[in-house]
Amino acid sequence: MTEIFGIPIQALMGQLMLGLVNGSFYAMLSLGLAVIFGMLNIINFAHGAMYMAGAFFAWMGLTYWGIGYWWSLILVPLTVGVVGVIIERTMLQWLYQLDHLYGLLLTFGLALMIEGAFRYFYGSSGLPYSIPEELTGAINLGFMFLPKYRAWVVVVSLVVCLATWFVIEKTKLGAYLRAATENPRLTQAFGINVPLMVMLTYGFGVALAGLGGVLAAPAYAVSPLMGSNLIIVVFAVVVIGGMGSIMGSILTGLSLGVIEGLTKVFYAEASNTVVFVVMVIVLMIRPAGLFGKEK
Amino acid sequence: MNATTEYLRLRDLHAFYGESHVLHGVNLVVNRGECVTLLGRNGAGRTTTLRAILGLTGRRTGSIVVNGTEVIGLPTHQIARLGIGYCPEERGIYSSLSCEENLLLPPKLHSAGMSLDEIYTMFPNLAERRHSQGTRLSGGEQQMLAMARVLRTGAQLLLLDEISEGLAPVIVQRLAQIILQLKEKGFTILLVEQNFRFAAPLADRMYVVEHGQIAAEIHQNELDEKREFLQEVLGV
Ligand SMILES: Nc1ncnc2c1ncn2[C@@H]1O[C@H](COP(=O)(O)OP(=O)(O)O)[C@@H](O)[C@H]1O
Ligand SMILES: [Mg+2]
Repeated sequence: MTEIFGIPIQALMGQLMLGLVNGSFYAMLSLGLAVIFGMLNIINFAHGAMYMAGAFFAWMGLTYWGIGYWWSLILVPLTVGVVGVIIERTMLQWLYQLDHLYGLLLTFGLALMIEGAFRYFYGSSGLPYSIPEELTGAINLGFMFLPKYRAWVVVVSLVVCLATWFVIEKTKLGAYLRAATENPRLTQAFGINVPLMVMLTYGFGVALAGLGGVLAAPAYAVSPLMGSNLIIVVFAVVVIGGMGSIMGSILTGLSLGVIEGLTKVFYAEASNTVVFVVMVIVLMIRPAGLFGKEK
Repeated sequence: MNATTEYLRLRDLHAFYGESHVLHGVNLVVNRGECVTLLGRNGAGRTTTLRAILGLTGRRTGSIVVNGTEVIGLPTHQIARLGIGYCPEERGIYSSLSCEENLLLPPKLHSAGMSLDEIYTMFPNLAERRHSQGTRLSGGEQQMLAMARVLRTGAQLLLLDEISEGLAPVIVQRLAQIILQLKEKGFTILLVEQNFRFAAPLADRMYVVEHGQIAAEIHQNELDEKREFLQEVLGV
C-alpha cells in the first residue's frame, strides 16, 4: 500500500474527505452568520440551534409524515426560514439600534430554549437518519473509496455557497444588499424597502443553517446538541475569516475543515483544538481576520 | 405646468436627534417647478430639514405634505417613492458598489427619468469611470455621481444638500449649468447652500434658516436690497 509520511494514502484521503465535509458545514454556516451580521448587526447565536432544528425537521418529516430526504432538502430550509422571519419580526427588529451584545444575548437565549425543547422531547442521545438510497455506497477512485454521500454534501454546499456569493457580488439584488449593508438609512431614502430586505436576509441566513442540518442528518446522528458543538467551531471560523467577506467565509470554512482533517491524521490529539490555535495566531497577526477590513 | 401649485409644504415641523431638539417649527413651501434655497450658518438646521422630510432624523412632529400626500407617518422608502431624489451632504457614494452600480441603485420612480445614455452625455466622466469602485472617484466625480443617481430615477422633487461644497470652481460652474437645465425641464428643487454666490442666480426664492426655524424669506427680486441683511445673518 502507498504511504505518505508513513500514513497509508487511503487513510489520508479519507480524513481529507471528512475534513472537506466538515468544512462544507463550516462554510455554509459561517456564510449565513456573515450575511446576517452585515445586514442586521446581530451576532446570531441561534445559528447552531437552527442547524439542529433543520436536522430534526428532516427526521420528524420522515418519521411522522413520511416526507423523504429529497423533499426535506427543499421544505426544511423553507420552514426554518419562516421561523427565522417570525423571530426577526417579533424580536430582533427591536434591537438593531442597540449594542451587538443585546442581539447576541437574545439569540443565545433563543438557542438555549430551542435546544432545551428538543432535549425535553427527544433526549440527548442521537437519532438515526439513513442515507437516501440513491446516495449510499462508495465510488472506487483507485487510490481511495469515495463515499457518495460525502461527495454529495461537499458538492451541494459548494454550489449553494458559490450561488450565494454570485447573487451578492454580481447581481442587482446583490447591489441592494451591499448598499443596505453599508448604509441602510440612505438606501431606504432611495425608495428601497430595507426593512423587508433585512427580514428576508435573516430568513435566508437561517435557512442556510437549516439546509446544513438536513445535509448533516444522514452524515451525523440527529441530536439536540449537534448545533452547539458545531457553532463554537463556526464562530472561530468567522473570527479567523473576518466578518463581512462572503468569499472569505466560504474559503476559511473549507480550509479549516481540511486542516482539522489533516491534523487528525498527523497528530490526532490536537484535532479538536487546531482551529482555535489557528484563531489565536490569526488574531495576533491580523485582528480583523484574514479577509476582514480594519475599521 | 402650473407654477403656483405647492409641491412640498412643511408646517410647524419639529425634529429631534435622540433627546436633542433640532428643528423648532419649520414652515416653508416649494411650488412645482421652483428652485428654492435654504441658506444659513453651519448648524442652523438645513441638513436636518432635508433629512426630516425623508424621515431620516429621530422623532418628528408637525406636517410634511409632498405632492398632496401627508408623509409624516410614512416609512422612509415610501416617502422616497412619492418622487423624491436625495443628494446627501456627505454624498453617500457606496464603496461596496461600482460607479455604475451606484448610479443604477435607486429604483426608477417615474418613466420621465433620464436614460443611462442621457446621463453619460451629461456627465462624461462617469461613463469613463463606470467600473471603478464608487469611492475611488475624485470628490468632483462623486458629487456628479450623487447628482446623476437621482436624475435617473425620474424623481420630480430634488433635495440637494451643499452640492457645491469643496469643489473646484469649474465644477461648481458645471453644477450651476446642470441646475439651470433641470429647472428648464420642470424639476422642483430644494437646494441647501452655504455658497451664496452659487445659489443666488439659481434660486427663485430663498429661506434663511436660523436655530432650527425659518428666519426670513427672500424673493429673487429682493436680493439686492437684502444683500446686507443676508451677509450679516450668514456671516460672510
Ligand atoms: N446626528 C445628529 N445627532 C445629534 N445632533 C445633530 C445630528 N446632526 C446634526 N445635529 C445638530 O443639529 C443641528 C443642525 O445641524 P444641521 O442640520 O446639520 O445644520 P446645517 O446643515 O444647517 O449646517 C446642529 O446643532 C447639529 O449639531
Ligand atoms: Mg448641513
